[in-house]
Amino acid sequence: MKEQLEKIREQALSEISDSCDVKSLDALKVKYLGKKGELTAILKQMGKLSAEERPVMGQLANKVREDIDSAIEEKGASLKEKEKQERILSEKIDVTMPGKVQTIGRMHPLNIVMREIEEIFLGMGFEIADGPEVEYDYYNFEALNLPPNHPARDTQDTFYITDNILLRTQTSSVQVHVMENKKPPIRIISPGKVYRSDAIDATHSAVFHQIEGLVVDKGITMGDLTGTLEMLMKRLYGDDCKIRLRPHHFPFTEPSAEVDVMCFNCKGEGCKVCKGEGYIELLGAGMVHPKVLENCGIDSTVYSGFAFGLGLERVVMRRYAINDMRLLFENDLRFLEQFR
Amino acid sequence: MNLSMKWLSDYVDVSDVSIKDYCHAMTMSGSKVEGYEAENAEISNVVCAKILSVVPHENSDHLVVCQVDVGKDEPVQIVTGASNVNAGDIVPAALDNSTLPNGVKIKKGKLRGVESNGMLCSLGELKLTKNDFPYAIEDGIFIMQEDAQIGQDICSAIGLDDTSVEFEITSNRPDCLSVIGLARETAATFGKKLNAPEPRYKGIGGSAADTIKVDVHNTELCPRYMAAVVKNAKIEPSPRWMRERLRASGVRPINNFVDITNYVMLEYGQPMHAFDLKYVEDAHINVRNAQAGETITTLDGIERELSSEMLVICDGKKPVAVAGVMGGEYSGIMDDTTTVVFESANFEPASVRKTAKKLGMRSDSSARFEKGLNAGLCENALKRALQLVEILGAGDVVNEYIDIDNSDKSLRTAPFNAEKINEFLGTDISESDMISYLESLELKVEGDKVIVPDFRIDVECMADVAEEVARIYGYNNIPPTVFKGVAQGMLTEKQQFIRKIENTVSALGGSQILTYSFISPKHFEKMCLPQDSTLRNVIRISNPLGEDTSVMRPSMLPSMLEVLSTNYNYRNEKAFLYEIAKEYIPDADSTKLPCEPDRLCIGMYGNVDFYDIKGVLEALLAKLGINDYIVRRPNENTIFGEAVSFHPYRCAVVEVNGTEIAIFGEAHPDVAENYDIGTKVYLAKLNVNEALSISNPEITCKEQPKFPAITRDIALVCDDDIEVFALESAIKGAIGKILEKVTLFDVYKGSQIESGKKSVAYSIVMRSADGTLTDEQAEAAMKRVLKALSQLGAEIRS
Repeated sequence: MKEQLEKIREQALSEISDSCDVKSLDALKVKYLGKKGELTAILKQMGKLSAEERPVMGQLANKVREDIDSAIEEKGASLKEKEKQERILSEKIDVTMPGKVQTIGRMHPLNIVMREIEEIFLGMGFEIADGPEVEYDYYNFEALNLPPNHPARDTQDTFYITDNILLRTQTSSVQVHVMENKKPPIRIISPGKVYRSDAIDATHSAVFHQIEGLVVDKGITMGDLTGTLEMLMKRLYGDDCKIRLRPHHFPFTEPSAEVDVMCFNCKGEGCKVCKGEGYIELLGAGMVHPKVLENCGIDSTVYSGFAFGLGLERVVMRRYAINDMRLLFENDLRFLEQFR
Repeated sequence: MNLSMKWLSDYVDVSDVSIKDYCHAMTMSGSKVEGYEAENAEISNVVCAKILSVVPHENSDHLVVCQVDVGKDEPVQIVTGASNVNAGDIVPAALDNSTLPNGVKIKKGKLRGVESNGMLCSLGELKLTKNDFPYAIEDGIFIMQEDAQIGQDICSAIGLDDTSVEFEITSNRPDCLSVIGLARETAATFGKKLNAPEPRYKGIGGSAADTIKVDVHNTELCPRYMAAVVKNAKIEPSPRWMRERLRASGVRPINNFVDITNYVMLEYGQPMHAFDLKYVEDAHINVRNAQAGETITTLDGIERELSSEMLVICDGKKPVAVAGVMGGEYSGIMDDTTTVVFESANFEPASVRKTAKKLGMRSDSSARFEKGLNAGLCENALKRALQLVEILGAGDVVNEYIDIDNSDKSLRTAPFNAEKINEFLGTDISESDMISYLESLELKVEGDKVIVPDFRIDVECMADVAEEVARIYGYNNIPPTVFKGVAQGMLTEKQQFIRKIENTVSALGGSQILTYSFISPKHFEKMCLPQDSTLRNVIRISNPLGEDTSVMRPSMLPSMLEVLSTNYNYRNEKAFLYEIAKEYIPDADSTKLPCEPDRLCIGMYGNVDFYDIKGVLEALLAKLGINDYIVRRPNENTIFGEAVSFHPYRCAVVEVNGTEIAIFGEAHPDVAENYDIGTKVYLAKLNVNEALSISNPEITCKEQPKFPAITRDIALVCDDDIEVFALESAIKGAIGKILEKVTLFDVYKGSQIESGKKSVAYSIVMRSADGTLTDEQAEAAMKRVLKALSQLGAEIRS
């Protein structure tokens, strides 16, 4: 029996060593160690042995089983490793092939900049107000100190729906709605579409976007206006950005100013971009006219305020070097996909 | 307004300031300079020359060879094609390496083999016209009659040495549409003295009233009318200095009297008119409203119909001028005029504006009147015109003029309080500085008041006074500050909702577009809308740029379709676009504003199908917290008028609690064709406001299930017409509470299945929250499912 056991061990170890895949190794395990395996068959003969021989053979049989078992395990591990290596090798791919296309849609450039400006003002504690685009004459003109036949109405070629209803020419109309419905302190911006009957060309559009700003409270000064606009421009154009205010006339503000921003190209030296001025006109602003406050039921002897209106297209075109405003409204995907 | 710097120097001395500094300082104090132009900027190396001899060109019939003295040791030879030069003539000669207007450069060369060292110039080549030098001819060399040295620079010799500054004057400052107004601003800006003497004239005695009668019938529209008479008028060109100044101001010289009226308008800002007495019938001027049906032929030769709200200047019988706007055809000065009547009047601004607008003729005169001129200006302007008549020796001035003055002469004041002004501006300017700024602008401070001069129509309240102080102090000297107080800057629910939609659709691959809100009514046909479609009820623009932009869109769809078409025709192979914007829905009452609801519109084409756009919409609704919706075909009661623009069998609406919030599907093939899109187009529209009102922003975390689930797959065969929604509803109803999820994983039509039928396969997951589900429970549930399905005509596929 001892010889038989030794023989089994020898034969098993040799076959295990020769086996070259997990499947054949599993077959060997069944062949030698299974219920109907060779080792089990021998052990069944144990009963025939003498009492002295039985523990010795038993020990030997267990040792043989252990040896075979560990040999299978060892071989198994190495075979698995080998198979894994082969599989990994077979999985070699061309990493320079293109990735599968995933599309993330793009925001419209006007919206990208609009959101950026909104964020700046939200950070300064402003709210965002909406107002109607089809508007009463009163809100667009009259309440803003532009009575009928005011010559300044000529500068805003207006689309009319009826004698009394028009397409708003300026987001300033929202000022009036806000002041009618909310008592100071007021801090709002109001971005949106405005309409002028300008023939459409590279620098003009009959529809464009403005961002109106309005602050009304006790003790608001013109210095506050300058400070706020300076902060806006530094956020938009960087900390070294400078602004300059020029006296101007808007019926709804007094004093009124046009605000220029230092030419980002020449930093104020004067160049082609700014036509030698060193500055580029960017927005209109001023202290809210006392008549406008009074028209909205706010006591102008107690409260003061400032307002400004920024043309969005101008900022966007400058930022992205867009030379034709029509591109913004044409929506050619090849154009839109450039914006991130 | 173009300002001649020579003219300005009559009133204020800024010879110590460079033109660049002048323009900058004026802009910063409120008179915006658009640019400036030196008249001689383009002309160099052109001199006064004397023709010594003229001989024919040996190789040409039409050229001559001149020897010309240009003030140098040797004469130069210049070939010219002009036939009007003779020995002894003084002419402008552009020498070798000279420049002329419009970028012309002259170099020496050979003309038909004969050397020519420059060019003799015509008026046109110097950018002049016969109006500037009436004695010269247009088509020939400019034979000069000016006092000039041989060799002298041409610009100085003919007065082409002025600089013209172009100002953009705002509508509240008509006083600055004048040399004196700008001189006043100049003096205040540079702290200089304004030298503006009152005009005086001698006259020959007599009274205008002996020659002409004036009646003003509407003193409201004509607060002041002044008339003066000049007898023995000699009509001739005005002198060179006057012509030069007019030219530098952009006004064409005509004759001495017309030039005087223009000169005074430019200098004082007061429009004037000169009538020839013989065309004033009955020597009677009547200022009255036009009568209905009256017409006038204006100076520009056009006959215009007048209406009764227009103010006209009439003679004894008919209108001879539209008040403040334009004169009539025969009202002007002719070569044979002998007696001139000057009009210097004040007209009501709104009336002038309306009249000019209605007649479609804005003039320099109406542009000034409509902004509001002060009646006091009439008198000085009239006196200045009479003074100029005497300076020019143009006629005999009758001393007394007619003055019908009903203007308001009350003193206007504005409050002055230095402390309040500083509080308002955020400055610390001393009261005495403020007073000196104001007085430099002729605003006198008396105690707590500012006396407003009559030319400043714009100064009324404290803020106006503050502006005057601020602009002379310098806007940019006001220290920037940050205002006090705390406030919460936050987005409204709707604003947050819209941003969520944008972010979601962009993340799903949609690119945002931005379109005009007005469209062409032609879209209604392209969208296949029936004649009675509610979408044809639109807001119409009464004065559109053109039909293409004439109605406010009642639907976002046409805007989207147009953009898809643009992209398709640019050969962009696929597109996935969206826009969130407004639609404009008229109110039943047309005196009310329309409704402007926010809409999301999605458009797709290229390698997509119905289920792609449905998937986008489903993902979006899930992200927005809208879960309990059904998707079904639109019926005839749908709120979406655009339903007709969709493929009738590939269109659906999303409904929540009986409210439709979205429509989507494939565009009708006719619509795609109408928009010139040669592939299938998919569209969706979501009513943003309605979606917001039903979206659930609340998130409550659910515990993960404790007990195992049982999954059963079934394959059914049913009629092709049965919608899977019906099958799903049956499954859901049959299983009840223990249903966790039912997923459609296969639909098959084809050879394995009877025609007209389809095979549908579902995976059904059941789970109980109370304990482990038993096989028996699951089997019982599946039996209920099969029963319910068989009632629909769906059987287990064998």
